[in-house]
Amino acid sequence: MSKSYYQPEDLLKFGSINEWNPELGKKFFDYYQSVFKKGTLSEREKSLIALAVAHTIQCPYCIDAYTTDGLERGIEKEEMMEAIHVAGAIRGGASLVHTVQAMNIYNKLSM
Amino acid sequence: MSTKKSLKAQNNVLSDAKKQLQLLSNSIFLSGQLPTFSQKLQSHKLPSIKPKQLEILQLNIGYMCNQVCAHCHVDAGPDRKEKMSKPTMSQCLQVAHKHKIKTLDITGGAPEMHPDFRWFIKEAKAAEIPEIIIRSNLTILRANKKYYDLPDFFKEHQLHIISSLPFYRRGKTDRQRGDGVFNKSIEALQKLNEVGYGLQGTGLEIDLVYNPLGAYLPRGQEELEEEYKHALREDFGIEFNNLYCITNLPISRFLDFLVASGNFEGYMTKLVNAFNPSTVGNLMCTNTISVSYDGYLYDCDFNQMLELNVSSKSNHISNFEMDALQNRNVCISQHCYGCTAGAGSSCQGTVV
Repeated sequence: MSKSYYQPEDLLKFGSINEWNPELGKKFFDYYQSVFKKGTLSEREKSLIALAVAHTIQCPYCIDAYTTDGLERGIEKEEMMEAIHVAGAIRGGASLVHTVQAMNIYNKLSM
Repeated sequence: MSTKKSLKAQNNVLSDAKKQLQLLSNSIFLSGQLPTFSQKLQSHKLPSIKPKQLEILQLNIGYMCNQVCAHCHVDAGPDRKEKMSKPTMSQCLQVAHKHKIKTLDITGGAPEMHPDFRWFIKEAKAAEIPEIIIRSNLTILRANKKYYDLPDFFKEHQLHIISSLPFYRRGKTDRQRGDGVFNKSIEALQKLNEVGYGLQGTGLEIDLVYNPLGAYLPRGQEELEEEYKHALREDFGIEFNNLYCITNLPISRFLDFLVASGNFEGYMTKLVNAFNPSTVGNLMCTNTISVSYDGYLYDCDFNQMLELNVSSKSNHISNFEMDALQNRNVCISQHCYGCTAGAGSSCQGTVV
């Protein structure tokens, strides 16, 4: 029995989710492929966004997939780190901006 | 990552082609965890790989090189003395002329370091070969004063230059090819531009080659070409024609890296999972024959390094028989997955 919920090799089995619902699975993967095609944004830019989001949602599969994807596209570690810091800033900011709420309540309740 | 000596000079076990082939056939392939290349072809109902019309004669004229790149499949370097003799060079040209070969693709090592390089190019031009490609590592053009006039020599003989530049920034390039390689490569590209290479309307072509710096595959050749062009133009005023993305094949120094870094199984799994059956009909082994410095014939430069001779009674440039060679089956092993992954890989970049 596996000692971890996450197994790296499971990433390659992502497509197998279609086995239990081919119709919705196909729709999802078609959509997924379309999203990452070059549009107004380049595939490279989309890869960096995906990496940042992967860190925000803390998905080990996605972090594996989009670090590798970035390497394959020639994205440098400095660019990856900047993108991840954007995720960190938004995540940290989302916590800190709620301080305003705390301050409002504190001030309201305080004499 | 750059090593200072060839695997051969280090007496590394992987300098032995047989050991490499054993490694590629054992482990995960022997246990059935991954299908062999032959099994993969069969599962896609693809027959053995047969050649089409021969268009390219690729000559490896010697293993000597001024660089010792970390990924080099030739295991080339300053300590390698093997080189093609003048009589063998002449035989290659006779074959190319007789069979109206479209392209002579000259590689090494650094082919410019061969003592008869210039003589050979002049003879090849006299033999009226339509296209002559030189696979230049760029730094050789700035390595010594005796090579400084090579851009003019290339121009005079209308040679098509193809050069590795692993990245458009210094760090990655120097990690793969050695300290100082990036700056010298940039200087060499500027010199090539000065004589007209890469500039519109000159007909002088300089193409660059990108290959990954690690255990991952290349992708997005078109987009990467745009980035290279933009960065090299903005930062250094450099122009070039095409960028080719080439997959690192699991042989020689790159195989050594894969094993030493614990990436061998993961990389082979990636290659197998990325197998694209539509690449098979366009592989370079279908229109190319590779000739080693000692005149033997191979399906490709990689098979040459693995000492997998062509499967034909005509197996040397001195007994070249077109009919016999055209009827052969291409020799395959698990390294062939490197040419069939994703959009495919060849000496001219992707194949589909």
